[in-house]
Amino acid sequence: MIQLTVNGKQYEVDVLPDMPILWVIRDKLKLTGTKFGCGAAQCGACTVHLDGQGIRSCISPVSRAVGKEIVTIEGLQPSLSKPLMEAWTEIDVPQCGYCQTGQIMAAAILLRENNDPSDQDIDNAMSGNICRCGTYQRIRKAIHLAAELKRSAT
Amino acid sequence: MKPSGSISRRQFIRSTALTTGGLIIAFHVPAGIRKAAALTETSLFMPNAFLRIGADDSVKVLLSHCEMGQGIWTSLSMLIAEELDADWHKLQVEHAPADTAYYHTIYATQRTGGSSSLYSEFDRYRKAGATARHLLVQAAANRWKVNSNECRTENGYVISGDKNVRYGELVQEASALPAPADVPLKDPASWKIIGKEKIKKLDSPEKINGKAVFGMDVHIPGMLTAMVSRVPVSGARVIRYNEAAAMAVPGVRQVVKIPTGIAVLADDFWAAKKGREALKVQWDLGEASHLNSDSLLTELKARADKGGTAATNAGNPDETFSKSKYKLEAEYYQPFLAQAPMEPLNCTVQLSADKCEIWTGTQTQTDDQRAAAQITGLPINKVFITTCFLGGSFGRRNITRSDFVREAVEIAKATGKVVKTVWTREDDIQGGMYRPAFLHRFKVGLDASGMPVSWKQISVGQSVMTGGPFEKVAVINGVDMFSIEGMQTAPFVKKIKDQKIELNTPTWPVLIDNWRAVGLSHTIFAMESLIDEMAYAVKKDPVAYRRMLYKDVPRLLGVLNLAAEKSNWGSPLPKGRGRGIAAYEAVASYVALVAEVSVLKDGSVKVHKVTCAVDCGLAIHPDGVVAQMEGSIGYGLSTALYSEITFKNGQVQQKNFYNYPILRIHEMPEVNTFIVPSNEKPGGIGEASVGQMMPALTNAIFAATGKRIRNLPIKKVNTGTA
Ligand code: FES
Ligand code: FES
Repeated sequence: MIQLTVNGKQYEVDVLPDMPILWVIRDKLKLTGTKFGCGAAQCGACTVHLDGQGIRSCISPVSRAVGKEIVTIEGLQPSLSKPLMEAWTEIDVPQCGYCQTGQIMAAAILLRENNDPSDQDIDNAMSGNICRCGTYQRIRKAIHLAAELKRSAT
Repeated sequence: MKPSGSISRRQFIRSTALTTGGLIIAFHVPAGIRKAAALTETSLFMPNAFLRIGADDSVKVLLSHCEMGQGIWTSLSMLIAEELDADWHKLQVEHAPADTAYYHTIYATQRTGGSSSLYSEFDRYRKAGATARHLLVQAAANRWKVNSNECRTENGYVISGDKNVRYGELVQEASALPAPADVPLKDPASWKIIGKEKIKKLDSPEKINGKAVFGMDVHIPGMLTAMVSRVPVSGARVIRYNEAAAMAVPGVRQVVKIPTGIAVLADDFWAAKKGREALKVQWDLGEASHLNSDSLLTELKARADKGGTAATNAGNPDETFSKSKYKLEAEYYQPFLAQAPMEPLNCTVQLSADKCEIWTGTQTQTDDQRAAAQITGLPINKVFITTCFLGGSFGRRNITRSDFVREAVEIAKATGKVVKTVWTREDDIQGGMYRPAFLHRFKVGLDASGMPVSWKQISVGQSVMTGGPFEKVAVINGVDMFSIEGMQTAPFVKKIKDQKIELNTPTWPVLIDNWRAVGLSHTIFAMESLIDEMAYAVKKDPVAYRRMLYKDVPRLLGVLNLAAEKSNWGSPLPKGRGRGIAAYEAVASYVALVAEVSVLKDGSVKVHKVTCAVDCGLAIHPDGVVAQMEGSIGYGLSTALYSEITFKNGQVQQKNFYNYPILRIHEMPEVNTFIVPSNEKPGGIGEASVGQMMPALTNAIFAATGKRIRNLPIKKVNTGTA
């Protein structure tokens, strides 16, 4: 049995310690907002926060999360989720939508660290996240807008 | 001259309609929906298969097409909402079940493809809304004892004088009224929703907060995850595998042989994956073990030398060529490509004695039903499909033989379990259904003004349509019209008196199928590269040259001029930068792109800006059009720069995004899209600009560096002096 904290809730799961966090949260906890895109740390669709750091959950064994706090798109704190989701809606970013929760989780880390990211900051923070539908231009716009919303909220 | 078998996408659609029995406007409400609705709602107005209005004022739109990122969740709903005068904020949308009522108005099966959703549904969806509105008005008029023409509708209300009533209050009375045979549609001048800028996509919120359900997210109690060790190439056979080792992995429940390989069923993804690895399947690749990319390319060239089946044959191109002022010979090669949608394939199946239930993201519900019926022996109407959001497709979920659905049904049948098959990214990249590799070779003679007067072309590549549902209309006298899509029908080519266009079609064991824009994904690159070379050969500006070629094609000329204007074509650029243009008709729309690029010292390409002009007829959802242009430009750039599937001894060499790279955010140029205002019939959008991106890019590289790129992908430009 492995003890986990996900989005502030305690869970006990019966899985092998090498099972990636992605599959624990998707298959065992049924939190399906976090996506599987490559399983090889290539696309960022599986991005979650582990003790506040963005990680690729598809290659991170669940043993790594013991005693730590996992946050998924379902539990992202409102100070970040609110401006991001508002901006994403306003710019109407998603196409197929499959990559978008991972994009938002990656953008959340950027936004927490940087209230006014430049284009270069966005490139650096977001180049690990693939969008096959090519929504990058809108992702960029949405991050700028989210930063603005966040600044005006604080 | 009368080119034999010349066919455009539009003509194709028309002739498809003829051979498949013509337009179907099915308005009946499927029994399944009626029953399910009756169980949950006491009072529901179901004027037709596409619409349900609840006593709570909810308006539910049922989509006969699937949402894969192209935006029909919103744009089809706009058509209904417009005619219904619905309250936009009360709209709910879902994918329709698999049923004859939702057959494509042209293809006569339930299918999403060919960028046809909007134009094929433009009338049917508006009529669905108008019919409902008509009945609601009649119900209100009856209630108020006034004439229906004294009533109007607005935002979910029927209004007459100082009286008004919500649609939801009328559902029972409206349900009792007979449906009208026909209803008039609104005058476009009074549209409030169609064509308006400000409409936001209806599926964005759930895709942003993670609640949207993709096929991958389906969970059925008792379900096992199945992963298949799949035949690596068609024709391969299993020699041996270690079932015991797979079964020894904790969580693995069953191992079963199916026609496409060996399936491992387990409690979850991770156990299934480890179980599959433990199988250590040994394959006999058979014939296909000789498959090598180098030799395939050699064979393409050899076939081009040999010639093929004539698609057009008129006059005497050789003689005219020899007398031409300017002569040009060029050959363009494009590789096999994977669609690589973001969501790997998956399919959930629950099979019982009397029905087969399927949950998946698919573009081909009827084909899938037929496949499942054939495997299970059930009648087709006992195969139920719930279409989930598609995490991208680009043709991968529009497969002639329903490969991934078929496989999941086989596993369910063989094991009696509820199964969800999950493909890994490696399975996706290596799992075939590729855009075929193509070689297009040209020999063109131009007169003193630069106009082409003789045209010889040989195209070589596998046929996508052969063996598929559209073979009869697409393959004419041995020529798959999609192999040379948009080439022999190019307006200036049609006018060339001396021409011969041939097609040579190899049959190789490489699995090929639909890929975004199908034939246009490679033919536009060849044509627009060649046209650019023609312009330079006669020392004309590339835009001016195309103006001459397209002087009788006003819509193409329109986007060409608009893109040139908006990109400041001809204005000076910093040293090392170049602009390239490509303009083409695709899926009944016209798109011109101008790319502005520079090539760095190490040969890598930096794309600064892309300017897009699009004439898609009436733009139903303008921001959706802009989004598709942006996305297609990204998709086209990815393809031109990086994408290539290669084979070595029968094995696909690419595995995952590390060797099948996809464009990333720092490589995405600034894109500016301009829509030509138009009231022409709506054209397609999802595939309208992918093809143009590749030659716009390579033409810009030529302008910047003098290097002509005739083979894709570019990877790096050879900046040496060679
Ligand atoms: S699924 Fe984890 S990075 Fe792609
Ligand atoms: S929206 Fe489809 S992959 Fe990003």
